[in-house]
Amino acid sequence: MLLYSSITKKVFMALAGLFLISFLCVHLGINLMLLKDDGGRAFTEAATFMGTNALIKIFEIVLFAGFFIHIFFGLLVSGQNKSARPSPYAVSNHSETAPFSKYMFHTGIIVLIFLAIHFFDFYFIKIGLVAPPPGVPAHDFYHRTLLLFSSPWYSLLYITCFVVLGIHLNHAIQSAIQTLGWNHSKYMDAVKVIGSVYSCTIAAGFTLVPLFILFFRR
Amino acid sequence: MKFTLKIWRQKNATAKGEMISYDVAGISPDSSFFEMLDTLNQNLVMTGGEPVAFDHDCREGICGTCSLYINGRPHGPVKGVTTCQLHMRSFVDGDTIHIEPWRAKAFPVIRDLVVDRSAFDKIIQAGGYVSVNTGGVPDANTIPVPKEKSEAAMDAAACIGCGACVAACSNAAAMLFIGAKVSHLALLPQGKVEAAMRVQKMVACLDELGFGLCSNTYACEAECPKGISVANIARMNRQFIGAKLFSEKEKTVRDSL
Repeated sequence: MLLYSSITKKVFMALAGLFLISFLCVHLGINLMLLKDDGGRAFTEAATFMGTNALIKIFEIVLFAGFFIHIFFGLLVSGQNKSARPSPYAVSNHSETAPFSKYMFHTGIIVLIFLAIHFFDFYFIKIGLVAPPPGVPAHDFYHRTLLLFSSPWYSLLYITCFVVLGIHLNHAIQSAIQTLGWNHSKYMDAVKVIGSVYSCTIAAGFTLVPLFILFFRR
Repeated sequence: MKFTLKIWRQKNATAKGEMISYDVAGISPDSSFFEMLDTLNQNLVMTGGEPVAFDHDCREGICGTCSLYINGRPHGPVKGVTTCQLHMRSFVDGDTIHIEPWRAKAFPVIRDLVVDRSAFDKIIQAGGYVSVNTGGVPDANTIPVPKEKSEAAMDAAACIGCGACVAACSNAAAMLFIGAKVSHLALLPQGKVEAAMRVQKMVACLDELGFGLCSNTYACEAECPKGISVANIARMNRQFIGAKLFSEKEKTVRDSL
Protein backbone atom coordinates (compact mmCIF):
# COMPACT_ATOMS: atom_id res chain seq x y z
CA MET A 1 0.00 0.00 0.00
CA LEU A 2 2.92 2.32 0.71
CA LEU A 3 4.25 1.74 -2.78
CA TYR A 4 1.03 2.48 -4.64
CA SER A 5 1.27 5.33 -7.13
CA SER A 6 0.08 8.77 -6.08
CA ILE A 7 -3.11 8.49 -8.15
CA THR A 8 -3.91 4.98 -6.84
CA LYS A 9 -3.65 6.21 -3.24
CA LYS A 10 -5.97 9.09 -4.04
CA VAL A 11 -8.45 6.81 -5.81
CA PHE A 12 -8.62 4.51 -2.77
CA MET A 13 -9.17 7.54 -0.54
CA ALA A 14 -11.88 8.90 -2.83
CA LEU A 15 -13.76 5.58 -3.09
CA ALA A 16 -13.59 4.96 0.67
CA GLY A 17 -14.67 8.57 1.27
CA LEU A 18 -17.68 8.27 -1.02
CA PHE A 19 -18.69 5.06 0.77
CA LEU A 20 -18.44 6.82 4.16
CA ILE A 21 -20.54 9.68 2.78
CA SER A 22 -23.31 7.24 1.84
CA PHE A 23 -23.10 5.68 5.31
CA LEU A 24 -23.63 9.11 6.92
CA CYS A 25 -27.00 9.29 5.15
CA VAL A 26 -28.15 6.03 6.82
CA HIS A 27 -26.83 7.17 10.22
CA LEU A 28 -28.62 10.51 9.88
CA GLY A 29 -31.88 8.73 9.07
CA ILE A 30 -31.67 6.73 12.31
CA ASN A 31 -30.64 9.77 14.38
CA LEU A 32 -33.60 11.79 13.13
CA MET A 33 -35.89 9.16 14.69
CA LEU A 34 -34.86 10.70 18.03
CA LEU A 35 -37.01 13.69 17.09
CA LYS A 36 -40.13 11.47 17.13
CA ASP A 37 -42.10 11.89 20.32
CA ASP A 38 -42.59 8.18 21.06
CA GLY A 39 -40.31 7.70 24.05
CA GLY A 40 -37.52 6.48 21.77
CA ARG A 41 -39.37 3.42 20.47
CA ALA A 42 -38.60 3.97 16.75
CA PHE A 43 -34.98 4.91 17.51
CA THR A 44 -34.42 1.89 19.74
CA GLU A 45 -35.97 -0.43 17.16
CA ALA A 46 -33.68 0.96 14.45
CA ALA A 47 -30.65 0.73 16.74
CA THR A 48 -31.52 -2.88 17.64
CA PHE A 49 -31.95 -3.73 13.95
CA MET A 50 -28.56 -2.19 13.15
CA GLY A 51 -27.01 -4.08 16.05
CA THR A 52 -28.47 -7.53 15.30
CA ASN A 53 -29.14 -7.87 11.56
CA ALA A 54 -26.62 -10.26 9.97
CA LEU A 55 -26.30 -8.29 6.71
CA ILE A 56 -25.67 -5.07 8.64
CA LYS A 57 -23.03 -6.88 10.69
CA ILE A 58 -21.19 -7.84 7.49
CA PHE A 59 -21.51 -4.26 6.27
CA GLU A 60 -20.05 -3.09 9.56
CA ILE A 61 -16.79 -4.79 8.58
CA VAL A 62 -16.91 -3.03 5.19
CA LEU A 63 -17.57 0.22 7.03
CA PHE A 64 -14.54 -0.23 9.26
CA ALA A 65 -12.46 -1.08 6.20
CA GLY A 66 -13.75 2.18 4.67
CA PHE A 67 -12.71 4.14 7.75
CA PHE A 68 -9.33 2.44 7.83
CA ILE A 69 -8.56 3.02 4.13
CA HIS A 70 -9.67 6.66 4.20
CA ILE A 71 -7.78 7.50 7.40
CA PHE A 72 -4.68 5.45 6.57
CA PHE A 73 -4.26 6.92 3.08
CA GLY A 74 -5.23 10.37 4.39
CA LEU A 75 -2.36 10.33 6.88
CA LEU A 76 0.03 8.76 4.35
CA VAL A 77 -0.79 11.29 1.63
CA SER A 78 -0.58 14.22 4.07
CA GLY A 79 2.86 13.06 5.23
CA GLN A 80 4.03 12.76 1.64
CA ASN A 81 2.63 16.22 0.83
CA LYS A 82 4.39 17.75 3.81
CA SER A 83 7.73 16.28 2.76
CA ALA A 84 7.28 17.58 -0.81
CA ARG A 85 8.07 21.11 0.41
CA PRO A 86 10.79 20.84 3.07
CA SER A 87 11.58 24.57 3.18
CA PRO A 88 8.46 26.71 3.43
CA TYR A 89 7.84 30.11 1.86
CA ALA A 90 8.51 33.24 3.91
CA VAL A 91 5.18 34.68 2.72
CA SER A 92 2.28 32.25 2.98
CA ASN A 93 0.40 31.41 -0.20
CA HIS A 94 -2.21 33.89 -1.44
CA SER A 95 -3.43 31.88 -4.43
CA GLU A 96 -7.14 31.52 -5.04
CA THR A 97 -8.29 28.05 -3.97
CA ALA A 98 -11.51 26.04 -3.69
CA PRO A 99 -13.22 26.93 -0.37
CA PHE A 100 -11.62 25.21 2.68
CA SER A 101 -9.75 22.83 0.35
CA LYS A 102 -6.41 23.60 2.02
CA TYR A 103 -7.72 22.45 5.39
CA MET A 104 -8.83 18.90 4.56
CA PHE A 105 -6.13 17.44 6.83
CA HIS A 106 -7.05 19.72 9.75
CA THR A 107 -10.80 19.14 9.45
CA GLY A 108 -10.12 15.43 8.95
CA ILE A 109 -8.16 15.25 12.22
CA ILE A 110 -11.01 16.96 14.12
CA VAL A 111 -13.49 14.47 12.63
CA LEU A 112 -11.12 11.64 13.63
CA ILE A 113 -11.06 12.89 17.22
CA PHE A 114 -14.85 13.05 17.17
CA LEU A 115 -14.93 9.48 15.84
CA ALA A 116 -12.83 8.36 18.83
CA ILE A 117 -15.18 10.12 21.28
CA HIS A 118 -18.18 8.62 19.50
CA PHE A 119 -16.67 5.14 19.82
CA PHE A 120 -16.21 5.62 23.57
CA ASP A 121 -19.75 6.93 23.94
CA PHE A 122 -21.61 4.37 21.87
CA TYR A 123 -19.70 1.67 20.02
CA PHE A 124 -17.81 0.24 23.00
CA ILE A 125 -21.12 0.00 24.81
CA LYS A 126 -22.72 -1.70 21.83
CA ILE A 127 -20.07 -4.40 21.64
CA GLY A 128 -20.18 -4.87 25.40
CA LEU A 129 -16.77 -3.45 26.36
CA VAL A 130 -18.41 -1.12 28.86
CA ALA A 131 -20.72 -2.70 31.44
CA PRO A 132 -24.08 -1.01 32.14
CA PRO A 133 -24.35 0.99 35.41
CA PRO A 134 -25.40 -1.05 38.48
CA GLY A 135 -29.13 -1.68 38.67
CA VAL A 136 -29.63 -1.31 34.90
CA PRO A 137 -29.99 -4.64 33.04
CA ALA A 138 -28.77 -3.40 29.64
CA HIS A 139 -27.57 -0.25 27.94
CA ASP A 140 -30.25 1.79 26.28
CA PHE A 141 -29.01 4.02 23.45
CA TYR A 142 -32.04 6.30 23.65
CA HIS A 143 -31.52 7.26 27.28
CA ARG A 144 -27.78 7.39 26.84
CA THR A 145 -28.24 9.90 24.02
CA LEU A 146 -30.61 12.01 26.10
CA LEU A 147 -28.15 11.92 29.00
CA LEU A 148 -25.18 13.00 26.85
CA PHE A 149 -27.08 15.75 25.07
CA SER A 150 -28.49 17.09 28.34
CA SER A 151 -25.03 18.58 28.85
CA PRO A 152 -24.75 21.85 26.85
CA TRP A 153 -20.96 21.40 26.68
CA TYR A 154 -21.22 17.96 25.14
CA SER A 155 -23.84 19.27 22.70
CA LEU A 156 -21.61 22.19 21.77
CA LEU A 157 -18.68 19.84 21.12
CA TYR A 158 -20.92 17.59 19.04
CA ILE A 159 -22.31 20.50 17.01
CA THR A 160 -18.83 21.96 16.42
CA CYS A 161 -17.59 18.59 15.16
CA PHE A 162 -20.46 18.31 12.70
CA VAL A 163 -19.91 21.84 11.38
CA VAL A 164 -16.28 20.82 10.79
CA LEU A 165 -17.46 17.60 9.11
CA GLY A 166 -19.73 19.72 6.89
CA ILE A 167 -16.73 21.82 5.86
CA HIS A 168 -14.75 18.63 5.16
CA LEU A 169 -17.57 17.17 3.05
CA ASN A 170 -18.14 20.39 1.11
CA HIS A 171 -14.79 19.93 -0.62
CA ALA A 172 -14.71 16.14 -0.34
CA ILE A 173 -17.53 15.28 -2.72
CA GLN A 174 -16.39 17.29 -5.72
CA SER A 175 -12.77 16.42 -4.91
CA ALA A 176 -13.57 12.69 -5.04
CA ILE A 177 -15.34 13.15 -8.39
CA GLN A 178 -12.28 15.01 -9.75
CA THR A 179 -9.86 12.35 -8.43
CA LEU A 180 -11.88 9.55 -9.99
CA GLY A 181 -11.64 11.42 -13.29
CA TRP A 182 -15.37 12.10 -13.58
CA ASN A 183 -14.87 15.88 -13.96
CA HIS A 184 -17.04 16.83 -16.89
CA SER A 185 -17.62 20.30 -18.32
CA LYS A 186 -21.41 19.76 -18.34
CA TYR A 187 -21.87 18.32 -14.85
CA MET A 188 -19.04 19.61 -12.63
CA ASP A 189 -20.91 22.76 -11.53
CA ALA A 190 -23.91 20.60 -10.58
CA VAL A 191 -21.61 18.23 -8.66
CA LYS A 192 -20.23 21.18 -6.65
CA VAL A 193 -23.75 22.40 -5.81
CA ILE A 194 -24.90 18.88 -4.86
CA GLY A 195 -21.78 18.48 -2.68
CA SER A 196 -22.48 21.74 -0.86
CA VAL A 197 -26.18 20.95 -0.38
CA TYR A 198 -25.36 17.42 0.86
CA SER A 199 -22.71 18.66 3.31
CA CYS A 200 -25.07 21.33 4.67
CA THR A 201 -27.84 18.71 5.03
CA ILE A 202 -25.54 16.35 6.94
CA ALA A 203 -24.24 19.10 9.24
CA ALA A 204 -27.71 20.56 9.84
CA GLY A 205 -29.40 17.16 10.26
CA PHE A 206 -26.96 15.87 12.86
CA THR A 207 -26.88 19.16 14.82
CA LEU A 208 -30.68 19.29 14.85
CA VAL A 209 -30.84 16.36 17.31
CA PRO A 210 -28.83 17.87 20.21
CA LEU A 211 -30.49 21.27 19.68
CA PHE A 212 -33.93 19.67 19.79
CA ILE A 213 -33.11 17.67 22.92
CA LEU A 214 -31.48 20.68 24.59
CA PHE A 215 -34.42 23.01 23.98
CA PHE A 216 -37.51 20.80 23.76
CA ARG A 217 -36.86 17.64 25.77
CA ARG A 218 -35.59 18.97 29.09
CA MET B 1 8.28 54.66 -8.20
CA LYS B 2 10.28 53.26 -5.30
CA PHE B 3 10.09 49.89 -3.65
CA THR B 4 11.55 47.92 -0.76
CA LEU B 5 12.48 44.46 -2.01
CA LYS B 6 12.92 41.49 0.28
CA ILE B 7 14.76 38.93 -1.82
CA TRP B 8 15.87 35.37 -1.09
CA ARG B 9 19.66 35.26 -1.38
CA GLN B 10 21.47 31.92 -1.41
CA LYS B 11 25.07 31.54 -2.58
CA ASN B 12 24.73 28.01 -3.97
CA ALA B 13 22.70 24.81 -3.72
CA THR B 14 24.19 23.79 -0.37
CA ALA B 15 24.50 27.23 1.30
CA LYS B 16 21.94 28.45 3.80
CA GLY B 17 19.92 31.30 2.35
CA GLU B 18 18.06 34.25 3.86
CA MET B 19 15.76 37.12 2.91
CA ILE B 20 17.75 40.33 2.32
CA SER B 21 16.20 43.79 2.05
CA TYR B 22 17.04 46.20 -0.82
CA ASP B 23 15.66 49.60 -1.82
CA VAL B 24 15.16 50.61 -5.44
CA ALA B 25 14.05 54.05 -6.64
CA GLY B 26 13.36 55.81 -9.93
CA ILE B 27 11.41 52.87 -11.38
CA SER B 28 9.00 53.67 -14.23
CA PRO B 29 5.46 52.30 -13.74
CA ASP B 30 5.74 50.97 -17.31
CA SER B 31 8.90 48.99 -16.67
CA SER B 32 8.56 45.23 -16.37
CA PHE B 33 9.30 43.39 -13.14
CA PHE B 34 12.56 42.14 -14.63
CA GLU B 35 13.60 45.64 -15.75
CA MET B 36 13.11 46.68 -12.14
CA LEU B 37 15.32 43.75 -11.03
CA ASP B 38 17.84 44.71 -13.76
CA THR B 39 17.96 48.19 -12.20
CA LEU B 40 18.58 46.66 -8.78
CA ASN B 41 21.34 44.44 -10.20
CA GLN B 42 22.93 47.41 -11.98
CA ASN B 43 22.99 49.27 -8.65
CA LEU B 44 24.45 46.20 -6.91
CA VAL B 45 27.21 45.83 -9.52
CA MET B 46 28.05 49.54 -9.34
CA THR B 47 28.39 49.37 -5.57
CA GLY B 48 30.47 46.21 -5.62
CA GLY B 49 27.66 43.86 -4.55
CA GLU B 50 26.70 40.49 -6.02
CA PRO B 51 23.76 40.75 -8.48
CA VAL B 52 20.63 38.72 -7.77
CA ALA B 53 20.43 35.57 -9.93
CA PHE B 54 17.03 34.92 -11.53
CA ASP B 55 15.81 32.87 -14.51
CA HIS B 56 14.58 34.70 -17.63
CA ASP B 57 14.83 34.23 -21.36
CA CYS B 58 12.24 35.33 -23.93
CA ARG B 59 10.66 38.02 -21.74
CA GLU B 60 7.42 37.72 -23.70
CA GLY B 61 5.64 34.97 -21.79
CA ILE B 62 6.19 32.02 -24.10
CA CYS B 63 9.36 30.21 -23.01
CA GLY B 64 8.52 29.19 -19.44
CA THR B 65 11.96 30.09 -18.13
CA CYS B 66 10.99 32.81 -15.68
CA SER B 67 9.63 32.02 -12.25
CA LEU B 68 9.58 34.03 -8.96
CA TYR B 69 7.13 33.72 -6.08
CA ILE B 70 6.08 37.34 -5.56
CA ASN B 71 4.17 38.34 -2.40
CA GLY B 72 2.84 34.81 -1.91
CA ARG B 73 1.86 34.18 -5.53
CA PRO B 74 3.78 32.56 -8.41
CA HIS B 75 4.34 35.08 -11.23
CA GLY B 76 2.96 37.85 -9.01
CA PRO B 77 -0.46 39.40 -8.47
CA VAL B 78 -1.77 39.53 -12.06
CA LYS B 79 -3.77 36.55 -13.38
CA GLY B 80 -2.73 34.81 -16.58
CA VAL B 81 0.75 36.31 -16.99
CA THR B 82 4.30 35.20 -16.42
CA THR B 83 6.68 37.29 -14.30
CA CYS B 84 8.25 38.76 -17.44
CA GLN B 85 4.83 40.11 -18.48
CA LEU B 86 4.27 41.71 -15.07
CA HIS B 87 4.63 45.51 -14.89
CA MET B 88 5.45 47.72 -11.94
CA ARG B 89 2.14 49.59 -12.36
CA SER B 90 0.55 46.50 -10.78
CA PHE B 91 2.18 47.55 -7.49
CA VAL B 92 1.65 50.60 -5.29
CA ASP B 93 4.46 53.15 -4.98
CA GLY B 94 6.43 52.46 -1.80
CA ASP B 95 5.31 48.81 -1.60
CA THR B 96 7.40 46.14 0.06
CA ILE B 97 7.72 43.24 -2.38
CA HIS B 98 8.75 39.75 -1.20
CA ILE B 99 10.51 37.75 -3.89
CA GLU B 100 11.22 34.05 -3.32
CA PRO B 101 12.21 31.09 -5.50
CA TRP B 102 9.77 28.23 -6.24
CA ARG B 103 9.75 25.96 -3.18
CA ALA B 104 9.54 22.20 -3.69
CA LYS B 105 11.72 19.21 -2.87
CA ALA B 106 11.72 18.36 -6.59
CA PHE B 107 12.86 21.93 -7.49
CA PRO B 108 16.03 22.52 -5.43
CA VAL B 109 17.37 26.08 -5.28
CA ILE B 110 20.63 26.43 -7.21
CA ARG B 111 21.34 30.06 -6.41
CA ASP B 112 19.25 33.02 -5.17
CA LEU B 113 15.97 32.81 -7.13
CA VAL B 114 17.05 30.12 -9.59
CA VAL B 115 15.71 26.59 -9.11
CA ASP B 116 16.51 23.36 -10.93
CA ARG B 117 13.38 22.38 -12.85
CA SER B 118 14.92 19.40 -14.65
CA ALA B 119 12.39 17.20 -12.81
CA PHE B 120 9.90 18.33 -15.47
CA ASP B 121 12.28 17.24 -18.24
CA LYS B 122 12.52 13.81 -16.63
CA ILE B 123 8.72 13.48 -16.64
CA ILE B 124 8.63 14.36 -20.35
CA GLN B 125 11.45 11.90 -21.08
CA ALA B 126 9.46 9.19 -19.31
CA GLY B 127 6.66 9.29 -21.87
CA GLY B 128 5.71 12.77 -23.02
CA TYR B 129 6.29 12.06 -26.69
CA VAL B 130 4.82 10.31 -29.73
CA SER B 131 6.89 7.58 -31.40
CA VAL B 132 6.88 7.95 -35.19
CA ASN B 133 8.95 6.36 -37.92
CA THR B 134 11.21 8.65 -39.83
CA GLY B 135 10.54 9.09 -43.52
CA GLY B 136 8.69 11.40 -45.81
CA VAL B 137 6.49 14.12 -44.37
CA PRO B 138 2.88 12.82 -44.32
CA ASP B 139 0.19 14.86 -46.00
CA ALA B 140 -1.41 17.37 -43.61
CA ASN B 141 -4.86 15.78 -43.67
CA THR B 142 -3.88 12.12 -43.68
CA ILE B 143 -5.20 11.71 -40.15
CA PRO B 144 -8.48 13.57 -39.59
CA VAL B 145 -8.64 15.40 -36.24
CA PRO B 146 -11.99 16.80 -35.01
CA LYS B 147 -11.84 20.57 -34.55
CA GLU B 148 -12.93 20.51 -30.87
CA LYS B 149 -10.32 17.83 -30.05
CA SER B 150 -7.54 19.79 -31.71
CA GLU B 151 -8.65 22.92 -29.81
CA ALA B 152 -8.68 21.06 -26.47
CA ALA B 153 -5.29 19.52 -27.25
CA MET B 154 -3.94 22.96 -28.12
CA ASP B 155 -5.30 24.41 -24.84
CA ALA B 156 -3.42 21.71 -22.91
CA ALA B 157 -0.32 22.14 -25.08
CA ALA B 158 -0.21 25.82 -24.10
CA CYS B 159 1.65 24.67 -20.94
CA ILE B 160 5.10 26.28 -20.97
CA GLY B 161 6.40 24.12 -18.11
CA CYS B 162 7.25 27.07 -15.86
CA GLY B 163 6.34 25.21 -12.66
CA ALA B 164 3.94 27.83 -11.25
CA CYS B 165 1.45 24.99 -10.58
CA VAL B 166 3.97 23.27 -8.30
CA ALA B 167 4.94 26.56 -6.65
CA ALA B 168 1.30 27.49 -5.92
CA CYS B 169 0.21 24.04 -4.74
CA SER B 170 0.08 23.63 -0.96
CA ASN B 171 1.40 20.07 -1.56
CA ALA B 172 4.00 20.98 -4.23
CA ALA B 173 2.19 18.61 -6.60
CA ALA B 174 2.87 18.65 -10.34
CA MET B 175 -0.51 17.27 -11.38
CA LEU B 176 -1.51 20.20 -13.60
CA PHE B 177 1.77 19.99 -15.52
CA ILE B 178 1.58 16.23 -16.07
CA GLY B 179 -2.18 16.42 -16.67
CA ALA B 180 -1.61 18.96 -19.45
CA LYS B 181 1.19 16.90 -21.00
CA VAL B 182 -0.78 13.63 -20.88
CA SER B 183 -3.92 15.36 -22.20
CA HIS B 184 -2.48 17.19 -25.15
CA LEU B 185 -1.11 13.98 -26.62
CA ALA B 186 -3.98 11.70 -25.62
CA LEU B 187 -6.58 13.94 -27.26
CA LEU B 188 -5.02 13.53 -30.69
CA PRO B 189 -5.17 10.34 -32.78
CA GLN B 190 -1.37 10.30 -33.08
CA GLY B 191 -1.04 10.17 -29.29
CA LYS B 192 -3.75 7.59 -28.64
CA VAL B 193 -1.52 4.66 -29.70
CA GLU B 194 0.78 5.01 -26.69
CA ALA B 195 -1.70 6.69 -24.33
CA ALA B 196 -2.04 3.86 -21.79
CA MET B 197 1.70 3.26 -21.57
CA ARG B 198 2.47 7.00 -21.50
CA VAL B 199 0.28 7.91 -18.54
CA GLN B 200 1.60 5.04 -16.41
CA LYS B 201 5.25 5.81 -17.15
CA MET B 202 4.84 9.54 -16.56
CA VAL B 203 3.01 9.06 -13.25
CA ALA B 204 5.62 6.52 -12.08
CA CYS B 205 8.38 9.04 -12.89
CA LEU B 206 6.48 11.84 -11.14
CA ASP B 207 6.24 9.75 -7.97
CA GLU B 208 9.98 9.05 -7.97
CA LEU B 209 10.83 12.76 -8.13
CA GLY B 210 9.29 13.66 -4.77
CA PHE B 211 6.37 15.86 -5.81
CA GLY B 212 3.34 15.96 -3.49
CA LEU B 213 -0.10 14.54 -4.23
CA CYS B 214 -3.04 16.52 -5.54
CA SER B 215 -5.70 17.56 -3.03
CA ASN B 216 -7.78 19.43 -5.61
CA THR B 217 -7.37 22.92 -4.14
CA TYR B 218 -7.11 24.21 -7.73
CA ALA B 219 -4.50 26.84 -6.80
CA CYS B 220 -2.59 25.54 -9.85
CA GLU B 221 -5.37 26.49 -12.26
CA ALA B 222 -5.70 29.91 -10.62
CA GLU B 223 -1.98 30.63 -11.00
CA CYS B 224 -1.22 28.99 -14.37
CA PRO B 225 -0.08 31.78 -16.70
CA LYS B 226 -1.61 29.87 -19.60
CA GLY B 227 -4.94 29.15 -17.89
CA ILE B 228 -4.64 25.35 -18.13
CA SER B 229 -7.80 23.75 -16.71
CA VAL B 230 -7.85 21.17 -13.91
CA ALA B 231 -10.14 19.14 -16.19
CA ASN B 232 -6.82 17.95 -17.65
CA ILE B 233 -5.93 16.41 -14.27
CA ALA B 234 -9.25 14.56 -14.24
CA ARG B 235 -8.61 13.34 -17.80
CA MET B 236 -5.22 12.03 -16.72
CA ASN B 237 -6.72 10.32 -13.65
CA ARG B 238 -9.37 8.74 -15.89
CA GLN B 239 -6.71 7.52 -18.28
CA PHE B 240 -4.49 6.26 -15.49
CA ILE B 241 -7.30 4.29 -13.82
CA GLY B 242 -8.33 2.84 -17.19
CA ALA B 243 -4.75 1.95 -18.09
CA LYS B 244 -4.10 0.27 -14.72
CA LEU B 245 -7.33 -1.71 -14.86
CA PHE B 246 -7.45 -2.76 -18.49
CA SER B 247 -3.96 -2.77 -19.95
CA GLU B 248 -2.39 -6.16 -20.64
CA LYS B 249 0.34 -7.52 -18.42
CA GLU B 250 3.71 -6.50 -19.81
CA LYS B 251 5.52 -9.32 -21.61
CA THR B 252 8.86 -10.26 -20.19
CA VAL B 253 11.81 -11.72 -22.12
CA ARG B 254 11.04 -15.13 -20.55
CA ASP B 255 7.48 -15.01 -21.97
CA SER B 256 8.72 -14.54 -25.51
CA LEU B 257 11.25 -17.36 -25.39
